Amino acid sequence: MCLAIPAKVIQVKGSNALVLIGDTEYNASLLLIDDVKEGDFIMLHAGFAIQKVDEEEAIETMRLLNEVAGYDPES
Amino acid sequence: MKYIDEYRKKDLILGIAEEIRKISKKEIALMEVCGGHTMAIHRFGLHSFLPPTISLLSGPGCPVCVSGQHFIDTAIAYCRQPGVILTTYGDLIRVPGSASSLEKERAAGMDIRIVYSVLESLEIARKNPGSKVIFLGIGFETTAPLTAAAIAEAAKLKLTNFHVLSAHKVMPPVMKALVKDGVKINGFIAPGHVTAITGTSIYKDLPMAFGLGVVVSGFEPVDMMQAILMLVRQIEAGKPNVEIQYQRVVQPSGNVKARKLLDTVFELKDDYWRGLGMIPLSGLKIRGKFSEFDIEKILPVDVAMAPEPKGCICGMILRGLKKPTDCKLFARRCTPSDPVGACMVSGEGTCATYYKYRE
Repeated sequence: MCLAIPAKVIQVKGSNALVLIGDTEYNASLLLIDDVKEGDFIMLHAGFAIQKVDEEEAIETMRLLNEVAGYDPES
Repeated sequence: MKYIDEYRKKDLILGIAEEIRKISKKEIALMEVCGGHTMAIHRFGLHSFLPPTISLLSGPGCPVCVSGQHFIDTAIAYCRQPGVILTTYGDLIRVPGSASSLEKERAAGMDIRIVYSVLESLEIARKNPGSKVIFLGIGFETTAPLTAAAIAEAAKLKLTNFHVLSAHKVMPPVMKALVKDGVKINGFIAPGHVTAITGTSIYKDLPMAFGLGVVVSGFEPVDMMQAILMLVRQIEAGKPNVEIQYQRVVQPSGNVKARKLLDTVFELKDDYWRGLGMIPLSGLKIRGKFSEFDIEKILPVDVAMAPEPKGCICGMILRGLKKPTDCKLFARRCTPSDPVGACMVSGEGTCATYYKYRE
């Protein structure tokens, strides 16, 4: 039930945004978060953006994981 | 898809598994609280990557499962009232009450509509001014702010025919109740999306008071393997702590705006949890200021507590004391197409997950 999926913001219209998951468009209410702009990724949960995805943190997590796993993503 | 595919890479999962195997010495049990985590563990077969020292237990994090029959019976009592339109997330439609289900009521002609977002209920209320539109509010801190937002919007729009029947619950009291109740675990794989709202302060007593590790985890297989690795590291070092694995989504302070809204509209109440009984201050009720949206205030109904179905051990499963395979009904009398208990009917219920991915 607490499922939320990363979605890319295509267009912001007032307190709503048009977002994309894969090739499918959804409407996301922005009543619960501020400062959303086009190109951001948000977590979509039952029609609401509940949080933004932090790209820098995602890159850092991946870097650490690749180190742990001895995995070279370029190879 | 971005933020999904890279967290499902097999080489990465195997690499983390290898690291876990290298450092894991103590026999430990970890509890995944969230039904979404239970699903991910079984869907991706994560058990098979873990050494025999680590066992995983499922917790009470399926809202449909812990809310139980009484909520469904109450919802059914409301949908039978004249002039009522009931709106609900799809998760609830097939959950058996003591004598019926919302699906059966709908087939019998009651006006029950499945919504993807609670905001659709506002639209239904606007288009049907002569009806009472009752939304079934269910879920933990991830979902409750959405209901709060809808109530605040309804207040703003003066949509006084929109109402909520709230079964919303909060996570921290039940996690502590489980530990006090004697479940033997060394750490929690904490729910990522709940914590995205609440922040990590809700877990701060667990390491000090109970010696438990807490790692807030995402829902992809790489996320969960990393969370397990972080817990194993904490436990092997004898330094239980609160950490965030799911850093791309969870900030230590959570979502302040969502929490403020939640606090404006709801207040804590003692609440009943299936299998666990009453837990102090573990549920959410609508504040007096918004009572016109609280259907239990506007139109009280009296619904008796029905006994749990015979032979169903859902309650023990929700407390991590038994596994679905310990239940005599499992996969025999109780299946997803004809469920006896709520742990089987909800897609993220522990029994339904075990059934779907059983060997």
